[in-house]
Amino acid sequence: MALLEIRGLRAEVDGQEILKGIDLEIDSGQVHAIMGPNGSGKSTLSYVLSGRDGYEVTGGEVLLDGKDLLVMDPEERACEGVFLGFQYPVEIPGVPGTTFLKTAVNAVRRYRGESEFDAMQFVKFVRGKAKEFNMSDDMLKRSVNSGFSGGEKKRNEVLQMAVLEPRLAVLDETDSGLDIDALKLVADGVNTMRSPDRAMLMITHYQRLLDYVVPDVIHVLFGGQIVKSGPKELALELEKEGYYQFFETAA
Amino acid sequence: MPDGTVMDLPLMEDYDAVAPGLAGAGVEWLDKIRNDGLARYSKLGLPGPRDEAWKYTNLTRMGRTRFVTGLASAEPALDAVPEGVLDIDAVRLVLVNGRLRPALSNLSALPPGVFITTLEDAVRSGGQVIAQRLGQNTYGHDMPMLALNTAYLHDGVIVEVAEGVSIETPIHLISVGVADNDPVAFHPRNVISLGAGASGTFYESHVGLGSYLSNGATTLHLGDDAILRHRKLQNESNLAYHVASASVELAARARYENYTLHIGGRLARNEVHVILQGREANCGLYGAYTGRGSQHIDTTTFVDHAVPDCTSREVYKGALDDNSCGVFQGKILVRKNAQRTDGHQLNKALLLSEGAEIDAKPELEIYADDVKCSHGATAGELDEEQLFYLRSRGVMEAEARDLLVTAFLDESLEVIADEERRDAFRGIIANWLSERRERREK
Repeated sequence: MALLEIRGLRAEVDGQEILKGIDLEIDSGQVHAIMGPNGSGKSTLSYVLSGRDGYEVTGGEVLLDGKDLLVMDPEERACEGVFLGFQYPVEIPGVPGTTFLKTAVNAVRRYRGESEFDAMQFVKFVRGKAKEFNMSDDMLKRSVNSGFSGGEKKRNEVLQMAVLEPRLAVLDETDSGLDIDALKLVADGVNTMRSPDRAMLMITHYQRLLDYVVPDVIHVLFGGQIVKSGPKELALELEKEGYYQFFETAA
Repeated sequence: MPDGTVMDLPLMEDYDAVAPGLAGAGVEWLDKIRNDGLARYSKLGLPGPRDEAWKYTNLTRMGRTRFVTGLASAEPALDAVPEGVLDIDAVRLVLVNGRLRPALSNLSALPPGVFITTLEDAVRSGGQVIAQRLGQNTYGHDMPMLALNTAYLHDGVIVEVAEGVSIETPIHLISVGVADNDPVAFHPRNVISLGAGASGTFYESHVGLGSYLSNGATTLHLGDDAILRHRKLQNESNLAYHVASASVELAARARYENYTLHIGGRLARNEVHVILQGREANCGLYGAYTGRGSQHIDTTTFVDHAVPDCTSREVYKGALDDNSCGVFQGKILVRKNAQRTDGHQLNKALLLSEGAEIDAKPELEIYADDVKCSHGATAGELDEEQLFYLRSRGVMEAEARDLLVTAFLDESLEVIADEERRDAFRGIIANWLSERRERREK
């Protein structure tokens, strides 16, 4: 059984169908990338997987370790191991980073029947993670993403992923808005998180990120459907040829 | 005032019986001040919806309540101050139903250069300064509840900080309302003045038990270059009415900062009036308010830029739940010669339920032509994106909402520089949130 199974997934936003029957399986330990032009449904797929309001599923199913994800609230999905790395991480002024992480980690631990961390245990745990991912203590103390640079926000996403240790990480345009140094830092973080127990789905526009986080499989999403899948070399082909070939097919 | 007329007025039913026992009754200047108040209240009557200043706050039900004036009732037994006051190291002045209770106070820690007395004692010992201070009160001719307070002038404390004296330990005035049987009304008048170059911090906590009306008025005078941090917690009993006004006068370069957490009571109105009457004076009015059940929480401010080169800032944040109603009325007046005025005002309300309501009336009245002024009022629900972000990390929806409400209210505390004192307010907010959670879980 694959870790993630998506079958015939259809979804609409404001009455308009965006996903038109998606089939996708990802095994544990694998990293898949989804590429596609603007408006092809990439971000919609990430929101449908994480359960955001306003994204209505009209058909198909999504199973995580065989469990039906679509009936779950966003928080339940997170507790089951779904992690969404946001394209635009949200700023939450007034909520300190550590408070946020502790609340999240303990919610997940509670769900899994593990004991909650007390303040001391948590500080030790999170400091260790922060060090591993080159995050300063200062960034933890500040309000969540408030006034962070683009690079800091994306590194913060990676830290959250590291702290929550998901089964499935969906990374939406993790490379957007990053200069090359920031991209390398974030990519290093993502690579550190690769594990036989985890699957990753990277959503990206450009091939650039895939030089640093090399996927096992690449899919092309176009017009709400996966129109092509292949090995990592497919990214190079797309970079060269662009998405025009699919426009022609569609026409 | 002939007998009968007064007794027909709401909230004055026992006035004729109480009047002879008021401090310094028969002292000419004091009688004059009280009679002025009485005449004004008789003329204005209990404010109603037709009064522009009271358009959103209806006192009808309060006016129908037969209160017994605190002065006329027995002093309630009280071993300790009830819970819910600010927990800070301070010189404590405890007033029970408006009257100073020395046994619960600790005036011993009073630093040199600070003088504290009650209105009653001040009158007894001649009271020339106090006569002047009370007479100076330029505001309130159209404020019926202040007129009522003046008619009952008796309770309250006088705090004088001498020129150039800087007090490190704050002064904390704790008002406790206690009504064992009949509803009680009290009308404390506090007078606080800082001489030129003086500085200090003045706290108020308002708590209580049972059904009562606290109709307080505070007059504050800041001399040249004086600095006052004024912080208030309104955490009255859920059966209480709280109507209060602070009238502040600022001399040149004086700085006044007010932070109010407005959280308790059945119906509560907190008014702050500031007149910037010396050049380069500066005032900051900040606060947070919360409502739940059918609470009515009113914040009304008036900032009067009377001279050039003054600065004012105002930021209030409110979180309203259930069927509660919040009111924010803020007016900035810039008089003709008050050039280079820099005045800004903002009210942000968070509506946490379908039944909650906010009435906001920001107002600018500007007669000068070289000014920087703005006002704004927002009302909204919790941010859906923030909520989803938290939930996508495993945080339960209810917990995520609490985190965001806490953050929203917490932000209002940023003006309080001292972390420890900020925590005192934070504790009250946290308590409000945990009670909210408990009610939800029931």
